Amino acid sequence: MLHRFANPARFSRIAARVLPWSATLTGLLFVAGIYFALFVSPADYQQGDTVRIMYVHVPSAWMAMACYTFIAVMSATSLIWKHPLADIAARAAAPLGAGFTIIVLTTGSLWGKPTWGTWWVWDARLTSVLVLFFLYLGHIALTHAFDNPQRGAKAAAVLALVGFVNIPIIKFSVDWWNTLHQPASLTRLDRPAIDPAMLTPLLLMGLAFMAYFVTMLLIRMRADLNAARARALQLSAAE
Amino acid sequence: MQGLTTHKLGCIRGERAVFAGLDLALNPGRAVLLSGPNGSGKSSLLRVLAGLLPPAAGRIDWEGTDIAEDRDGHRARIAYIGHADPLKPALTAAENLTFWARLYGFDPDVEPALFQFSIEALADVPVRYLSAGQRRRVTLARLALGQNSEAGPALWLLDEPATGLDPGAVSMLANTILAHLSNEGVAIISTHGGLLDALLEDSAERFDMREFEA
Amino acid sequence: MIGLTLLVRRELRLAFRGGTDAMMGVIFFVLAAILFPFGVGPDAAILPRIGGGIIWVVALLAALLSLERMFAADHEDGSLDLLYLSPVSLGQLALAKAIAHWLTSGVLLLIASPVLALLYNLPSSAFLPLVATMALGTPTLSLVGAIGAALTLGARRGGVLLALLLLPLYIPVLIFGAGAIDGAIAGRDIAPQLMILGGFLLAALALAPWATAAALRQAIE
Repeated sequence: MLHRFANPARFSRIAARVLPWSATLTGLLFVAGIYFALFVSPADYQQGDTVRIMYVHVPSAWMAMACYTFIAVMSATSLIWKHPLADIAARAAAPLGAGFTIIVLTTGSLWGKPTWGTWWVWDARLTSVLVLFFLYLGHIALTHAFDNPQRGAKAAAVLALVGFVNIPIIKFSVDWWNTLHQPASLTRLDRPAIDPAMLTPLLLMGLAFMAYFVTMLLIRMRADLNAARARALQLSAAE
Repeated sequence: MQGLTTHKLGCIRGERAVFAGLDLALNPGRAVLLSGPNGSGKSSLLRVLAGLLPPAAGRIDWEGTDIAEDRDGHRARIAYIGHADPLKPALTAAENLTFWARLYGFDPDVEPALFQFSIEALADVPVRYLSAGQRRRVTLARLALGQNSEAGPALWLLDEPATGLDPGAVSMLANTILAHLSNEGVAIISTHGGLLDALLEDSAERFDMREFEA
Repeated sequence: MIGLTLLVRRELRLAFRGGTDAMMGVIFFVLAAILFPFGVGPDAAILPRIGGGIIWVVALLAALLSLERMFAADHEDGSLDLLYLSPVSLGQLALAKAIAHWLTSGVLLLIASPVLALLYNLPSSAFLPLVATMALGTPTLSLVGAIGAALTLGARRGGVLLALLLLPLYIPVLIFGAGAIDGAIAGRDIAPQLMILGGFLLAALALAPWATAAALRQAIE
């Protein structure tokens, strides 16, 4: 199969060596992060214990953005340098990113009920994440829309770059729209100034999410490569 | 100097390697008849040679220089006939041909080309009313368009051009190809045997794709 | 330039020969907009309030309808291969297709939109802004739409997929298009919105043909 599996074979070896470490690290960071978030950090003077939702909400929002950036970089790598692993990385990352946006939206909604008194407000940030969720869905759908997986990967790469250029425009538009239509009855709570005691769990949780992302990415990429290899074996057996 | 040469050409479709290590050399005035079973990569080879598909490995040279160095120049020397008929059903045969002639900078007078495939009577009939064989003739008349123009394409890539043609039309096609070859042109034609092969036998080499299975 | 006019004229001739097909988009536009009063009631206080937004939302959907076929016929009958091999670049082809799409859909929406404004009892001060936002916004829809049409060539269930890809990208045009009409009704200055819509159009003109060409190149492979 020419050069296509020379490089991926090396990737699989490296992934096999890294995975146990990254998985362990993910577990440790989550245990530490959750401990600090639930037991060490103080409750907010206004929101009480509700503020602890932040330790899940904010890191997943970071990861949702970071993951799209990762996909865009991989897409550019795939289109410009035609690196065979870039498509696989982008394809593996998209559902993870979509998962992070779902966490942002659900925790945002759970946070909104006690804080704003309603499950959903058309807050500029939440609305932007909602649009980002659909960008992820479009990317995933396009990846799998073709009988030829290569074609799906390349099309999704172009889409990811178009989406990446559009994200700032969408963000700007939604912010503008939000300030114009700010309903008077809902006084918008600014996110509380971060207490240093809140910073530790937030950073720990951020690192835990990142380690989780790396671990899942490696697992998904390895599974994808194995599936491709199995298909190649089946095809060559048929000949 | 040779017209077209390929060096260790390889092609991957989807995740399947179609052919590999393909070496082909073709002098001006000669044709190649590609044969091989379905899936052996005849169409893929023609698309790679046209620059429609990037080769997975190897190189294509035209008169000794790599075509990758001058993509626009390479496109200008190609006449490609694929499986489908690139005709718009709502336009007449003449309108379809005139559009391609104008787009490619050929002589927009399509009458002689229609005449060459004896479809001049169908010039003003919308393509949707034509039979499959008649549509094929209109498609092939595009070859005549380039032939009748100055600096027409030198490299003809024809993917099963005789599909659906009656014997009379096949000999018109063969004559068109022979005229092209006598004009120092080059043609690569995929076939499943039949009349066209017999008519071109004296000016063509045979090339079996099975030798280059990946 | 010659190639561009040639391609646009071909598209227009094909659309013209297609007869009523070209009218389907604008018929959908009017029909879908008429549905909303049945849903929310014919209250003369509510309709002008939501009219601008509804007209714009329906315009997005109507523009989407004809996009699926933008490159599909050329892809199926092999014309796209020949267009690629011609001296005209794929970027020019993308631009020509977007221009032709706008002339056969956007312009018709533009002409029909004042009728919808009447049906929604929009104040007369909103008519000119409505037409102006349509004139600035719908070409952007065609240009960005061309990217989606090229990306979904040969995909299963292309139509629904196209909506999923494009509607999120259309949100900025919707926000400023509908925002300008609301602003005009409230008596505010709408020059900023129009300028932003114009900026979107310029950015789309510069970038969209390029992205469409990249997508077409992959569809040809």
